[in-house]
Amino acid sequence: MNIYVLLKRTFDTEEKITLVNGKINEDGVEFIINPYDEYAVEEAIQVRDAQGGEVTVVTVANEFAEKQLRTALAMGADKAVLINIEEDVAYGDPFTTAKIISEYLKDKDADLIIAGNVAIDGGSGQVGPRVAELLNIPYITTITQLKIDGINVSVTRDVEGDAEIIETSLPLLVTAQQGLNEPRYPSLPGIMKARKKPFEELELDDLDIEEADVAAKTKTIEIFLPSKKEAGKVLSGDMSEQVKELVQLLRAEAKVI
Amino acid sequence: MARKVLVLGEVRDGFLRNVSFEAIGAAILAADGGEVVGVIVGESIQSFGDELIQYGADRVVTVEDAKLGQYTSDGYAQAILAVIDAEKPEGIIFGHTALGKDLAPRIAGKLNSGLISDVTSIEEAGGNLVFTRPIYSGKAFEKKIVTDGVIFATIRPNNIEPLRKDESRTGAVSSLRVEIKDLRAIIKDVIRKATDGVDLSEAKVVIAGGRGVKSEEGFKPLKELAQVLGGAVGASRGACDANYCEYSLQIGQTGKVVTPDLYIACGISGAIQHLAGMSNSKVIVAINKDPEANIFKIADYGIVGDLFEVVPLLIEECKKLKINA
Ligand SMILES: Cc1cc2nc3c(=O)[nH]c(=O)nc-3n(C[C@H](O)[C@H](O)[C@H](O)COP(=O)(O)OP(=O)(O)OC[C@H]3O[C@@H](n4cnc5c(N)ncnc54)[C@H](O)[C@@H]3O)c2cc1C
Ligand SMILES: Cc1cc2nc3c(=O)[nH]c(=O)nc-3n(C[C@H](O)[C@H](O)[C@H](O)COP(=O)(O)OP(=O)(O)OC[C@H]3O[C@@H](n4cnc5c(N)ncnc54)[C@H](O)[C@@H]3O)c2cc1C
Repeated sequence: MNIYVLLKRTFDTEEKITLVNGKINEDGVEFIINPYDEYAVEEAIQVRDAQGGEVTVVTVANEFAEKQLRTALAMGADKAVLINIEEDVAYGDPFTTAKIISEYLKDKDADLIIAGNVAIDGGSGQVGPRVAELLNIPYITTITQLKIDGINVSVTRDVEGDAEIIETSLPLLVTAQQGLNEPRYPSLPGIMKARKKPFEELELDDLDIEEADVAAKTKTIEIFLPSKKEAGKVLSGDMSEQVKELVQLLRAEAKVI
Repeated sequence: MARKVLVLGEVRDGFLRNVSFEAIGAAILAADGGEVVGVIVGESIQSFGDELIQYGADRVVTVEDAKLGQYTSDGYAQAILAVIDAEKPEGIIFGHTALGKDLAPRIAGKLNSGLISDVTSIEEAGGNLVFTRPIYSGKAFEKKIVTDGVIFATIRPNNIEPLRKDESRTGAVSSLRVEIKDLRAIIKDVIRKATDGVDLSEAKVVIAGGRGVKSEEGFKPLKELAQVLGGAVGASRGACDANYCEYSLQIGQTGKVVTPDLYIACGISGAIQHLAGMSNSKVIVAINKDPEANIFKIADYGIVGDLFEVVPLLIEECKKLKINA
């Protein structure tokens, strides 16, 4: 089985966001594998271990994403591909990313592609479905279970809390939802092995992509931080009086009940 | 600039979702005087057309087919692309719901267009339609414009005002026949878990429990309070990890992002990942026995105390309010 994982490098969830010159400040920030993509890596490894085959982790990023790709290799992925766009594209949107990924994947005969359901930074949730559409293969988003039998696939999909059981077939793209699995931590031998695993770095030229082919269709014109919430009123006194006061405040002052 | 804007009316469990009325509100802003056309897709949904019009759509196109009884991206994409082909809109608005998230990127892919997801406000500025959306799970926001092709956006529930329903408004409801074929994925079964009616991401009131709730049983009073206030129950990851509730209730950076009018956090410490999912709620109440808990830093109102004492009292008070109302 030829399995590909789409992986994005993203800010650690602990990070606070600050701006410099109207842009997100990346100085001193810790980066991680997008948490949903960790589920994707784990699932890919489990499918490979059950079915045989190979797991390739792909990212579109700058050189710094090597660290997150090495982590995925240490978890057990077989190969990593870094499509380094640093030199070529100044601005991208989810279309750009999806187009680059699909150009890379179009001749790879992928049986299964696993992405995260959403990136916790950009947050559009577009890249998975867009890649599937560009490759003209079916996709199922927000999955919490994946069962493969030959080319037949049974998937459980989380739909706002309900679970849909869906039958489809390979080739297929799925996006991972929380609950799919428990991602493993890289082991020490895993980390040692990761250093020697195939690691390919590509540029748009290598994929025969012109910058104009992947030009973004949307543009960010401003980034801002939400207005800081002031700490409010902590009530005091007898508990039943506090609760009465709270309900009164919610009714008369905040007008929300 | 007047634009023709298409809006998807999403029917769930026999009702049009509130977010679809909000989407009409958004479409009217985007249309800037142009026509707003509702689209409804499903098995027998013709009757919902009038309601979309009462909420501000100028007319409605429906696509009905037995194969559209359940949502699949293949089926819905064929139906909606056929409507887009017939109507040639300059703008398209969906709700940023499970369906909208699943379907919109595919349609944008087919149209070779951009897509601005999870929009919380829309304004016309400097000759452009400007969309505001959260990034970094609400820790920041960005303003975006479309630079190429049709203007396409999905809107986050609870953020854009719908118009008031006007039962005297009328308009044409027409149907388009589309041959739905080649469904590559088939829904075999749906297991209902979200039984309590109000959907978490659309709820006006959210009662959320954390590790302080201590057990599955401990969520009972929270559920009762949610019921009294017509809201939904949510949770921190702490509570989900401890198996007190399903992961589908998780709110935060790796869960749902919610923006209700009222968020009541019970026994939640207020970790940064949790705050990302709820800090843009209009009014936040924190109930926590630790006066130093981080959640108090962003709460509008706080009660320092045992949630098992406070929540039952709150239920009683809210019930009284109902009786007096
Ligand atoms: C050339 C280029 C320049 C960019 N410049 C900017 C910029 O200036 N400002 C800005 O804010 N953003 C920029 N971006 C990022 C871009 O706007 C989006 O963040 C990105 O396209 C993914 O969208 P998303 O974060 O919403 O991911 P989502 O669609 O939410 O991600 C869902 C899933 O798709 C996969 N995925 C997403 N992104 C990647 C990736 N890069 N590689 C592999 N898999 C991925 C992952 O599996 C992820 O879980 C740029 C991107 C590119 C390619
Ligand atoms: C990658 C990553 C992603 C994450 N994503 C999320 C996410 O999406 N959402 C999320 O919520 N978390 C997320 N987390 C976890 C987050 O860091 C916290 O661990 C989690 O939010 C803590 O949950 P909690 O507040 O319920 O538990 P705790 O931090 O243990 O807090 C429990 C609180 O309950 C109070 N309490 C106890 N008993 C009572 C009582 N009887 N009455 C009143 N108060 C009481 C305590 O004083 C305490 O403040 C993520 C973490 C990581 C690393």
